[in-house]
Amino acid sequence: MTEVNWIAALAGGILIGLSATILLAFDGRIAGISGIVNGAMKFKPKENWRWLFIVGMLVGGFLYEYVLPFEPTPLSSLAPGAMIVGGLLVGFGTRMGNGCTSGHGVCGLGRLSFRSLTAVITFMITAIITVFITHQVLV
Amino acid sequence: MKQNLIAILSGLLFGFGLSLSQMIDRDRVLEFLDVTGNWDSTLLFVLGGAVGVTVITFRFVLRSPQPIFGNKFYLPTRKDIDLPLILGAAIFGIGWGIAGYCPGPGITALVLGIGNPVLFMIAFIVGSFVYQSYAGLSLKNNSCNKQKVKQ
Repeated sequence: MTEVNWIAALAGGILIGLSATILLAFDGRIAGISGIVNGAMKFKPKENWRWLFIVGMLVGGFLYEYVLPFEPTPLSSLAPGAMIVGGLLVGFGTRMGNGCTSGHGVCGLGRLSFRSLTAVITFMITAIITVFITHQVLV
Repeated sequence: MKQNLIAILSGLLFGFGLSLSQMIDRDRVLEFLDVTGNWDSTLLFVLGGAVGVTVITFRFVLRSPQPIFGNKFYLPTRKDIDLPLILGAAIFGIGWGIAGYCPGPGITALVLGIGNPVLFMIAFIVGSFVYQSYAGLSLKNNSCNKQKVKQ
């Protein structure tokens, strides 16, 4: 763990927290990404703020990768099976449990919601167990 | 209009924060989740930094009766711990551990121009629709059962 890495991680986390603060303070909305994507897929013209938020997320990533002088993110090698199985489970699970790392994690914990704390502890445990199985047991 | 500008600006900060913190690098995320292996703990600072901010700011923000550019706060109202919450979170965690992406990084990683985030986001949307139709069906079944009981 190098010094630059944890400073970048902390700074990135603070920006995410500020983003969630701005969205709540000005628009009254929770920055929960799974909910934003699900809402965006309904294509309601009056609620296009979700699409704009998604566009903003892409612009933010684009600025980091291609415009500003940061070291670009390493590209992961193609893993279609993991993407399809993982993506299906993430979509199904976040819809069933009403949130993901941002909605339950960043925003729910910020609101001191016990429901969100329960969700965060649960998904951290199952994620760690899953990686333990795929990285330690199955190799 | 003002609300839309806020949506873009906060999305931009969110996406930039995800890139800066390396959450869009699935290999890094998987190393972070690999606590018994060669654990990379740096990503703890991401959630720590984000929650450190919201835990302070949300208290002040939610003291006002309404948001600055809006009529009301759209907040989750449920407080109960039920099976779908725990089961859903558990399934999400398994998927996160397999893919190395959660929904936010899945979106922002689309700018990397590689196949993984594209496949992940398509599967995410399909998975979400599958649950929605499954939940819709079970609701219908429940109401059918209730009607039968009444008869």
